[in-house]
Amino acid sequence: MKNTLSTQLLFELSKPGCRAVQLPECDVPTKPLDELLPKQSISETTPPLPELSEPEVVRHFTNLSTRNFSVDTHFYPLGSCTMKYNPKRNERLASLPGMADLHPYQPESTLQGMLALLHQCQHNLAEIAGLPAVSLQPAAGAHGEMAALLVAAAYFRDRDERRTNVLIPDAAHGTNPASAAMAGFKTVAVKSTPEGFVDVDDLAAKLDDRTAVFMITNPNTLGLFEPQIERIAKMVHDAGGLVYLDGANMNAILGVARPGDFGADLMHFNPHKTFSSPHGGGGPGAGPIAVAEHLGPYLPTPVVVKDGEGYRLDYDRPKSIGRVRSFFGNVGVLVRMYCYLRSHGPEGLRRIAEDAVLNANYLLHRVKDILPVPHGERCMHEFVASSSALKSERGVTTMDIAKRLLDYGFHAPTVYFPLVVREAMMIEPTETESRAALDAFADALGRIVEESPELLHEAPHETPISRPDEVQAARKPVLRWRKEEG
Amino acid sequence: MPQDLLYSKTHEWVRLSEDKKTATVGLTAFALELLTDLVYVELPEVGCRLKAEEPFGEIESVKAVSDLYSPVNGEVAEVNSAVADNLERLADDPYGNGWFFKVKLADEAALADLLDEAAYKKQCEEEQH
Repeated sequence: MKNTLSTQLLFELSKPGCRAVQLPECDVPTKPLDELLPKQSISETTPPLPELSEPEVVRHFTNLSTRNFSVDTHFYPLGSCTMKYNPKRNERLASLPGMADLHPYQPESTLQGMLALLHQCQHNLAEIAGLPAVSLQPAAGAHGEMAALLVAAAYFRDRDERRTNVLIPDAAHGTNPASAAMAGFKTVAVKSTPEGFVDVDDLAAKLDDRTAVFMITNPNTLGLFEPQIERIAKMVHDAGGLVYLDGANMNAILGVARPGDFGADLMHFNPHKTFSSPHGGGGPGAGPIAVAEHLGPYLPTPVVVKDGEGYRLDYDRPKSIGRVRSFFGNVGVLVRMYCYLRSHGPEGLRRIAEDAVLNANYLLHRVKDILPVPHGERCMHEFVASSSALKSERGVTTMDIAKRLLDYGFHAPTVYFPLVVREAMMIEPTETESRAALDAFADALGRIVEESPELLHEAPHETPISRPDEVQAARKPVLRWRKEEG
Repeated sequence: MPQDLLYSKTHEWVRLSEDKKTATVGLTAFALELLTDLVYVELPEVGCRLKAEEPFGEIESVKAVSDLYSPVNGEVAEVNSAVADNLERLADDPYGNGWFFKVKLADEAALADLLDEAAYKKQCEEEQH
């Protein structure tokens, strides 16, 4: 690895005696520690906390912050993740004291504004989904998948039907089978056709009276809208199963097509993909779900209901699967989603989808002259290119290209997903990018594929750390810093 | 690619004993090449009952996690635990030291669905594109 310029940890920068604050002499009576705590609770040595001056601490964190590669600093065409720009307006509104300083245990009468906002969120998502019952509680998209599958399980249990299988196309997000397994189902993979759609014959062969749910991502992970979706939904319904829509790609059909109208019974939204709330990075997220009328009674409790002029949290839901998250989910994320929904309105949301699809198609037509795009001339919000030919001709892999893009100031696209495409590179520009940004990306890609394989194998060259050993990082991850002895 | 083995559509290979009562199972060189650098493999335990075309474990590379599917019906008799600790060497000898486990076959029903070398080779060529 060429560049290994990692930042030293505060512990490594520490020098005995350095400090950032000086406290005045204590002017109230004190008691010795051993009179306050039993002896066995007092450590014999002081904890090895780092000792630094204030400027050293500030420089450490400020320098770290400049290492960020984010949608605020660079074009970020990470397919399937929909790294759309997070408008700063959302942040300003969500940090207003009336939003940010509420406590979930305040009396409901003092939370009416927030409850009205959440009620409106439920209403708006129901409208966008074409499915009338909504729960805002799940804390992430995958959590929403699991909550919805638990709803499906409760529904079949209530009907005394023993259905054990969840059918999932082989191009699906990995969260689908994981959620199904977590919810107690057995997963059955359904094949894709060479064109990238659900293999309807294979689906028919696998549908039976054990089928609980068919999970479909539409548009799918190849960026294609499933043309047979109505027929597929009818097949699943005829077998007595439910259709789940993975809403990861809603950005492509927002305000244009409603999942409930094309046969879905349950779905989740990813507010961070579709409604511009920040990507959590493991932090707070949200994954609201919407379900058909007959599944509404099983949704997590509570839901926000309107009662006369006021709003309240409804806990009286005997068929509910119960709580899936403390309080009412991550409300701060939902507030940002609400700001986005109301900033754009119905026509604006439709334009978001249209612009996202237009941008993706423009970029597809630039990229396909550089790298083959195996699944077609048209796409929805994203498309999948392949470096398969480049690999066999010159030994240059998708990983090499992805790494080299960092040198050109672009975040790498999603690589090696979906699994149905060899040497996959999944590109999603989103609606907020200008034509100039799309052209610059395509130009860089065009230059990279002409570069020497030796140069590409070693990329990135311009980043503080060039190419870590991913195999060792996965096999023997070093997750904790320890002070070197001696 | 050895000619004396049977192959599943999901890239596992099967070597039958002469009396056709036991089978040795592994993963083909083609699959290992596509997976690239391996990180982890989960193999079944001795005594585990396997059903053809159902997952028996999983294999993880820096690219992806994939299920491994049993090509036969039977009970696991012996597991090659050394392979899990030497993943970097698995690709060197996938049909020899790289075997995963041996199965006491419950029946020969599933064997008819397996491919011979020529048919499997053809499938790999098709998948290459």
